[in-house]
Amino acid sequence: MKDRFVTNAARRIVPTVVNGIPQVPYRGVGGYRPTGRRVAPQIASSMDYPPDGNKVVAGGLAEALHRCGLKDGMTISTHHHFRDGDLVAGQVFDIAAGMGVRDLRWFPSASFPCHSPLIRHLESGVIHHIEGSLNGPLGDYCSSGRMRGTGVLRSHGGRWQAIQDGEVEIDIAVIAAPSADPFGNATGDRGPSACGGLGFALADANFADKVIVVTDNLVPFPCIPWQIQGNHVDYIVVQEQIGIPEKIVSGTTQITRSADRLLIAELTARFCDEAGLVRDGFSFQAGAGGTALAFGIYLADLMRRRGVRARFARGGSNRYLVEMLEEGLVDYILDGQTFDLDGVRSLRENPRHIMTSPFTSYNYHGKGNFASLVDVVVLGATEVDLGFNANVVTHSDGRLLHGIGGWQNCLFAGCTILPIPSFRDRIPVIVDRVTTLCGPGELIDVIVTERGIAINPRRQDLIDKLRGTSLPIRTLDDIKNEVEEICGKPDRMEPEETIVAVVKWVDGTIIDAVRKVPGSVVEASSGADAME
Amino acid sequence: MTANVGRSGPDVRSDCRVELELRTSGGVEFHLVSKVAALYGRDIERQCRSMLAEWGVLHCRLSLYDAGALSFIIAARLECALRRSGLTPGPSTAPLRPTADYPSHRDRLRRSRLYLPGNEPKFFLNAGLHRPDVVILDLEDSVSPSEKDAARILVRNALLTVNFYGAERSVRINQGERGFDDLREMVPTRPHSILIPKVETAEQVEAVDRCIREIRSSSDKLASDNDDAKRDIFLVPIIESARGGLNAASIATASPHIVSLAIGLEDYTADIGARRSKDDRESDWLRSQVLNAARAAGIEPSDSVFSDIADDAGLFASAREARDRGFDGKGCIHPRQIGIIHRAFAPEPREVEQAQRIVEAFAAANRQGLGVVALGSKMIDPPVVKRAERILKIAEGGC
Repeated sequence: MKDRFVTNAARRIVPTVVNGIPQVPYRGVGGYRPTGRRVAPQIASSMDYPPDGNKVVAGGLAEALHRCGLKDGMTISTHHHFRDGDLVAGQVFDIAAGMGVRDLRWFPSASFPCHSPLIRHLESGVIHHIEGSLNGPLGDYCSSGRMRGTGVLRSHGGRWQAIQDGEVEIDIAVIAAPSADPFGNATGDRGPSACGGLGFALADANFADKVIVVTDNLVPFPCIPWQIQGNHVDYIVVQEQIGIPEKIVSGTTQITRSADRLLIAELTARFCDEAGLVRDGFSFQAGAGGTALAFGIYLADLMRRRGVRARFARGGSNRYLVEMLEEGLVDYILDGQTFDLDGVRSLRENPRHIMTSPFTSYNYHGKGNFASLVDVVVLGATEVDLGFNANVVTHSDGRLLHGIGGWQNCLFAGCTILPIPSFRDRIPVIVDRVTTLCGPGELIDVIVTERGIAINPRRQDLIDKLRGTSLPIRTLDDIKNEVEEICGKPDRMEPEETIVAVVKWVDGTIIDAVRKVPGSVVEASSGADAME
Repeated sequence: MTANVGRSGPDVRSDCRVELELRTSGGVEFHLVSKVAALYGRDIERQCRSMLAEWGVLHCRLSLYDAGALSFIIAARLECALRRSGLTPGPSTAPLRPTADYPSHRDRLRRSRLYLPGNEPKFFLNAGLHRPDVVILDLEDSVSPSEKDAARILVRNALLTVNFYGAERSVRINQGERGFDDLREMVPTRPHSILIPKVETAEQVEAVDRCIREIRSSSDKLASDNDDAKRDIFLVPIIESARGGLNAASIATASPHIVSLAIGLEDYTADIGARRSKDDRESDWLRSQVLNAARAAGIEPSDSVFSDIADDAGLFASAREARDRGFDGKGCIHPRQIGIIHRAFAPEPREVEQAQRIVEAFAAANRQGLGVVALGSKMIDPPVVKRAERILKIAEGGC
């Protein structure tokens, strides 16, 4: 039913129907206001649940899924707090395949390379399509046009919004929990597989029809503290291992050793300093990439020299942020997800390290959220265009590369800074038109490259503040021209017609569509007669 | 027979591997594997085919495994493969880009001298952004003997193409006969300076000087293009042996083109049978010797590299010690060392104030035609004024 297309407010051609569901095209920042009421799951009756509170299923995950009534066409959700060390999502679909179930919609909070074995369930028809981040092998699979349904990419906040708006009705939520009691209360900060917070699973627990908690550390009631409330949970499954906690540390959470990226991080910190953003009581958030981590180190150094203390930092927490908390440079960490085991320890032991959820931090359909309270946010991007619009989900050749994560939600911060290299492997990062639009330029304030810093002309206040400093302030045009001088001007890509995924804006509207990538993108070969 | 040049593999960036097999028939078979094929595939093929045509190659199989190499890098790899296949150079290579063409000066600041391995193109591209005073494209120790030819072509293309943002463009050539081969490739591209390794006698410097002069007189075409092309190529001998230390004074005056005298302590400590310590105390004699030889000749003494790139505090202390001892600069092996060295060589604010007063007093005395300059109760000699001027220049140079 991908039959109709419209041009949205960002001048992108997007479908009006996706996977059979009518869609609202993007109408601009703040341009769309939904009405009506939030949806809710079926009313449950406590008489249907054991009075002794023991919901443990003897027959494991297969029995639990069977009891939940797993059948064709259902929506199954899983979560990414184990990042690349998840051992649960794969089991769910292996069991579904064994039961002969087909056409499931997988609704993960994010996917990782460890989920590439699920490609065979997409091929065989067990999974119809994925709504969630598509990267690594899953991204390549989707980009090649082989997924039967259309991928739907949402931000962390957008995922919550889609659940509460009823756009995605979850039939069965499967929550991996490092500690749980037989009633279903669960936490992620302790147990042999402790991985941090479970915030991404909260919406699923609140709204899904059926909720299964899978744990490898069953504790007697009550499981204290609990982040997931047992009153939402139908069944408990106990198994040997649910995830590999060491793998929550992925490649992107290592500080960069590249001199160029360190230079970018240092310029970013100096920009924040010169712009007067680093002052007592300020707040910040930095992503998980190597440059963002290095920015944190320079920022901490700056705060020490200036004698400045931040009121709060939004996580992804990691060792470096925890050190800032413990040193007293930061009053509170409001954590969204835990990126290493120091983060897990701090979350468990330090009352100033608080677990949050996409509802508190990012949800567009709440009565406000934390993201817009943050003074400075530092994020990555794959491409930026001359209007400061940015891409974070696809490569310059159109291949799906990353999920959105909290990226779109964070753009609402007081000052949004994208520190990015001006080119990667010869491919210019500043382009005429981003391959895929994820973030509107009006929300992106500053681009920091190793060749100079560009301030969005909409931020005259920042331009005025930075006038006369020693920082290399330039226009985006100027930097782009220099990079094309170095790399050569890239060929224009002619996109295919077929849409393989759509990108949602934080309000649930469609901001852009991702098209099929023609042929093999890695290899090109031609014989003697190919050129005139 | 297939000629292979360059590297490919998962860890390689900004480079490519060329495999070239000359044939007697069948036309040009071109095969490209590139991670930037979608955006630059056609451009790369066009470039390679036109180069083959320029070299008169009509029949061959050319495979290019590309990890985002810029066109000057692809050109260097292909040229090397053509030469290794026994062909002689075709028409001249890439033109000098205007952004890569700027002058240097005899008395410019040379606080930081950043070494870049000559066969690793990824380090060239952004080196200038870290604002070293000098970049040294190294053909000597960082290049394995089997890759000297590839590095030479790559460095030549880099000198013609890469914008080093005002840094002095320098090449460290090899010792002996190989060094003269290096010069034949480098000199026409007009590097600002040549580093001569393991200099032990003044004759070695004179030989290099002579070789440069001969190359330049036979390639006068460039020189006639503009005046800038006629500028001198500066020389920097590196002293890294006991014998070199004993001859430091005559080496320092061996050519009017010498602007600086450098030290290499790794080789020196091996030469005298010492172990290198963090504070270089075993090299005390050589450092004094080189420093005094340079000062006596009116050129800049430059200190050795600090090789622990993780030890920022150690580097700062080492650079401070070098400054206080009289050195004007220090070698570096990682861009992150540059800022630290510049901070270490920066004068204190009170030194800057004092220098300003001296320079102003001297200017005032000159205006009044006074032969003797005094500041307060102190007489000011010309060397003091010169030193003050230098402090002000470093202060302006920034970090």
